[in-house]
Amino acid sequence: MKIIAFAETSHGLQEAGSKFKKVAFEAAHAASRLAGELGGEAEALVIGKGVESIGPELGGYGMKKVRVVEDEKLSQYSATAYAKAIAFVVESVSADVVIFPASAMGKDLAPRVAAKLKAGLAADCIALKAEGGSVLATRPVYAGKGLIDVKINSPKKVFTLRPNVFSPGAPNGSPASVEKIAVDLKDSDFTSRVTGVSVAKAGRPDLTEANIIVSGGRGLGGPENFNIVEGLADVLGAAVGASRAVVDAGWRPHDDQVGQTGKTVSPSLYVAVAISGAIQHLAGMSSSKYIVAINKDKDAPIFQVADYGIVGDAFEIVPELTSQLKKALGRE
Amino acid sequence: MKLFVCVNQVPDTETKVKVGQDGKTIDRSEINLILNPYDEFAIEAALQLKDKNSGEVTYVSVGGDSHKEVIRKALAMGGDKGIHIKTDNAGDSYSVAMMLAAALKDTGADIIFFGKQSIDYDDSAVGTMVAEMLGLPSASVVVKLDVDVSSKKAVCEREIEGGKETVELTLPCVITAQKGLNDPRYPSLKGIMAAKSKPIQEITPSGAESLTEVVAMRKPPAKQPGKILGTDKSAVPELVKLLHEEAKII
Repeated sequence: MKIIAFAETSHGLQEAGSKFKKVAFEAAHAASRLAGELGGEAEALVIGKGVESIGPELGGYGMKKVRVVEDEKLSQYSATAYAKAIAFVVESVSADVVIFPASAMGKDLAPRVAAKLKAGLAADCIALKAEGGSVLATRPVYAGKGLIDVKINSPKKVFTLRPNVFSPGAPNGSPASVEKIAVDLKDSDFTSRVTGVSVAKAGRPDLTEANIIVSGGRGLGGPENFNIVEGLADVLGAAVGASRAVVDAGWRPHDDQVGQTGKTVSPSLYVAVAISGAIQHLAGMSSSKYIVAINKDKDAPIFQVADYGIVGDAFEIVPELTSQLKKALGRE
Repeated sequence: MKLFVCVNQVPDTETKVKVGQDGKTIDRSEINLILNPYDEFAIEAALQLKDKNSGEVTYVSVGGDSHKEVIRKALAMGGDKGIHIKTDNAGDSYSVAMMLAAALKDTGADIIFFGKQSIDYDDSAVGTMVAEMLGLPSASVVVKLDVDVSSKKAVCEREIEGGKETVELTLPCVITAQKGLNDPRYPSLKGIMAAKSKPIQEITPSGAESLTEVVAMRKPPAKQPGKILGTDKSAVPELVKLLHEEAKII
């Protein structure tokens, strides 16, 4: 059994030099562990421009060999061209399993690669294990209200891994050897291509990648009161999220929404400020490692999933928490 | 323009998940089924393009008899007709994508829209798989769309981690819609009445296969309610201490 991990780089921002995203290490480490359990071998695949030189770094995450598709034309992401390159590499090295991160890019690529390879896809997995010589994947359904164990029956198999769930491991091991693979790319392979990237909310991590999230709900009373949420998020280096009610009211942009019709997140710490905890919100965040709830209503459902709760006025408690954390973290 | 929107029927977001008798799927006995929320953005996008460029909007749905309801709901918002690929065994994303691709092949579609994911299995896969099966470019999780009919190009913005990327596609293409793309219209009374007489063609799928198999379904381990630390700001020092010593986050 041969496994290939797609090692995603910071695409579109090549001026700053390509580097691996954390999800690349998560995919590499998971591939390496799975190969160990299955008695197979794992390799990584990197695609882009200026990526050959960073390939060896993946040796630290269990990769002995890294296949590199290096091409000027691949400096910007193209779903069609990247998928062609990946499928070509998978076929030419006779890989059986392809592992992607369930990132924006991975979720865009994996279904396309799966369709090319006539491979079954298990998306957004939270666990992979060897069973009976094959792979059993566990993944959330209904935004995490249920879990399913999935088996892929096709000869080739594609998995995407939910970010922040698989450990990247501690870097350890000698540099990987790099082997370039040439893929014949024509202009007609670029019917979809990225022409620009804009970075929003500089200085704040993205919700789906954040280690800590502070979210606000309708109990804040108005968009102007989100400053207490942002103040706390600033001290913690956290992302800012919001409930659906708040987004539907137009207080926050839709990409801040956490829940079944927003983002599903699993940070180490989720702080819910004045959020009651509708079932569709809980579905999106209850797999967070630690949950703190601050809400006036002691019967709010959010307290059913919170590790630590304070029943009280957010306008009194949150600024106090911000100020004490500043002291504790030496940021005053 | 020939516009298609693939729509799905899913349990609503209030649904409490119970595992069914088979131990592999959800207990559907007390479930309220709705049009997949993300599909509403896809429908609105197609209707806006029709309003602007004229043309025809066709809805396609794969599933049992009840899927006619979501086609009717979509038709009540606007558009012209429906195709119901009738099956009680839609199978996995690959299987659904094959059925859709077979129905959409040779239709002369300019753009095929999907919601970015169905909120039941959350695969985010069918739209992009259909694109690949039909040899079309695609953009997923789209929050902005400009179509230039004369140059046969679509310029989209899609959400990525920490920002957005602009994607250029050549038509025909597949777009999967994210919340924020537009504000879906509500069906008017006139629209609801008109939808009743719009045609829905029923077709039988052939040759689709599932490549994955659900072995078991279960509820995630229930989280135990934790500690209530207090009712005012005097509880804050305890919280900071627990975050430091127990959760080890700060």
